[in-house]
Amino acid sequence: MEGHQILTTVLFLGVVALTVGITIWASRNSSGAADHYAGGRGFSGFQNGLAIGGDYMSAASFLGISGAIALSGYDGFLYSIGFLVAWLVALLLVAEVLRNSGRYTMADQLAYRMKQKPVRMAAATSTVVVSIFYLLAQMVGAGALVALLLGVSSDGLKNLTIFFVGALMIFYVTVGGMKGTTWVQIVKAVLLMAGSALIVVLVLAKFGFNLSELLGTAAQNSGKGGAFLEPGLKYGVSTTSKIDFISLGIALVLGTAGLPHILIRFYTTPTSRDARKSVLWAIGLIGVFYLFTLILGFGAAALLDKDSYAEVAASGGNLASPLLAEAVGGGSGSTGGAVLLAVIAAVAFATILAVVAGLTLTSSVSVAHDLYNSVFKNGQASEAEEIRVSRIAAGVIGLIAIVLAIPAQKLNIAFLVALAFAVAASANLPAIIYNMFWRRFNTRGALWSIYGGLISSVGLVIFSPIVSGKGVDPVSGKNLSLLPTSIDISWFPLENPGIVSIPLGFLLGYLGTISSKEQSAEDRYTELEVRALTGAGAEQASKH
Amino acid sequence: MTSDAHDQAARHDPVYDELSARPEFAELRSRYRRFVIPATVAFLAWYALYVLMSMFAHDFMSTKVVGNINVALVFGLLQFATTFILAFVYSRYSNSRLDPLASQLSDSYYDGRER
Repeated sequence: MEGHQILTTVLFLGVVALTVGITIWASRNSSGAADHYAGGRGFSGFQNGLAIGGDYMSAASFLGISGAIALSGYDGFLYSIGFLVAWLVALLLVAEVLRNSGRYTMADQLAYRMKQKPVRMAAATSTVVVSIFYLLAQMVGAGALVALLLGVSSDGLKNLTIFFVGALMIFYVTVGGMKGTTWVQIVKAVLLMAGSALIVVLVLAKFGFNLSELLGTAAQNSGKGGAFLEPGLKYGVSTTSKIDFISLGIALVLGTAGLPHILIRFYTTPTSRDARKSVLWAIGLIGVFYLFTLILGFGAAALLDKDSYAEVAASGGNLASPLLAEAVGGGSGSTGGAVLLAVIAAVAFATILAVVAGLTLTSSVSVAHDLYNSVFKNGQASEAEEIRVSRIAAGVIGLIAIVLAIPAQKLNIAFLVALAFAVAASANLPAIIYNMFWRRFNTRGALWSIYGGLISSVGLVIFSPIVSGKGVDPVSGKNLSLLPTSIDISWFPLENPGIVSIPLGFLLGYLGTISSKEQSAEDRYTELEVRALTGAGAEQASKH
Repeated sequence: MTSDAHDQAARHDPVYDELSARPEFAELRSRYRRFVIPATVAFLAWYALYVLMSMFAHDFMSTKVVGNINVALVFGLLQFATTFILAFVYSRYSNSRLDPLASQLSDSYYDGRER
């Protein structure tokens, strides 16, 4: 190994040691379901705001968006805006209401006034599906990152990394529960913000803090000229690609407030007011972070030499931030460059670990609380039993994610994340919104919207160019679809299903509701609404 | 219990009907909805305008404002600004117009109960 690889490895192990230490520490003062699932509801607005940031700012954002900007210029920036504006949906319509009316999972709020078993079954299914897509994206990213940074392209090492990340996330979740996971996310958010702020300052300093000059150099060095700074380089090529982007934009802005791993973070605060404060902190943090990625992306285009820029392109953009760090540290071969590269790589690794922990926790809690206890045990399982099942579920989900991530390495990370957002917006958001704002909404409406949104979003992708029918790249000769070129089952022209599946989720929720009558769901709306808006009877923070 | 009934113990508590019937609650609900519904429509429309213009108004978005900074970049940064501003305004609104009513109602729920 060369010097920089040793340094990178040492910093990676440092991140692992730090997060494992935090987890063990958190497990010492954690007992009972409220602690394991909701961190005792004892996190302040600021702490939870950081943890939300840590849960949300994934490797797909840090590496993916800065990479997309480095390669496609302005069009990469379009992503960040959807990801940020989406938080207003969470702030205005979801966070406080959910905190007041639920306990541990997304399903709690629906089950409050509907038939427990079918609704929990549906919500748990969509929770697990969304979380697995998101998990795959992060694990594939981890494999690619480690291989690229250590300069080894062997599949064996990538698979080993995926396995290692999977084992770590199972450890965080089973040992640390929500408390441990939250602290891992808080530490990661601080590391990520500090690491990217450092690189941003170094980049801007090279241009005398003149944004216009940075943009001009980026446009020139990208080889695309002025078009690099204008929308349309990537998505503007045809009407289909434009509509595809609009479809993606809808999923990004509506998906966030339906992501189960984000939703359960609202339960970790003592009151709904703290939940609101935490979203405000998160909006500030995430907004600044996306402004950073703008500088990182354009900085990479402006400052990387031809060879490095070609390397970024070959990595699909994922290497833009790490190589930029190396460049502003003094370039390849310099000590400063090696140190900054290793630091940013370690930050990216911490980012991945924190996000996968949050996802595994969310799906394991839903399996234990919604499926095992409510559906199979009629709500009679003891707390200890339920927690034990959630630990087993975390192990099983972790193993499934490992097994799926190995073949999923062929898939584009940004696609997997976009799909998770599309499913969340189509299956989860309609039910959450209707449940809160529509007295008439009932069990059938909830089931139709959840299953309908889930099946249509995943189904449309199966028949999209992502899976088949895209043909081969004329330049590289690589197959652009997932299936072999001889199979073509595609008929849906878009890669992003949101523009169809999200309205469909809402429509099915409406049709399901008006086609059935459920007096008890309507009667209980009063109770739900009072509780959601006032916090009367909401779950309290556990007393230690 | 019929098969149609809710299979978990009924949590129904008459105190919620009582709270719901109070004029303070009607006021709280109306204040909440009066803010969040128009605000949601507004920011979604503003975002939709941005996305549509990025895709279909290429020439306008490419107009240079100052140096290499064009309308598209300014518009994108304005989305950040409006998100921050709306979040801040909502927070102010909740603190002054929603929280006092919510606490009042919630306090009367907890009268005589253990928190």
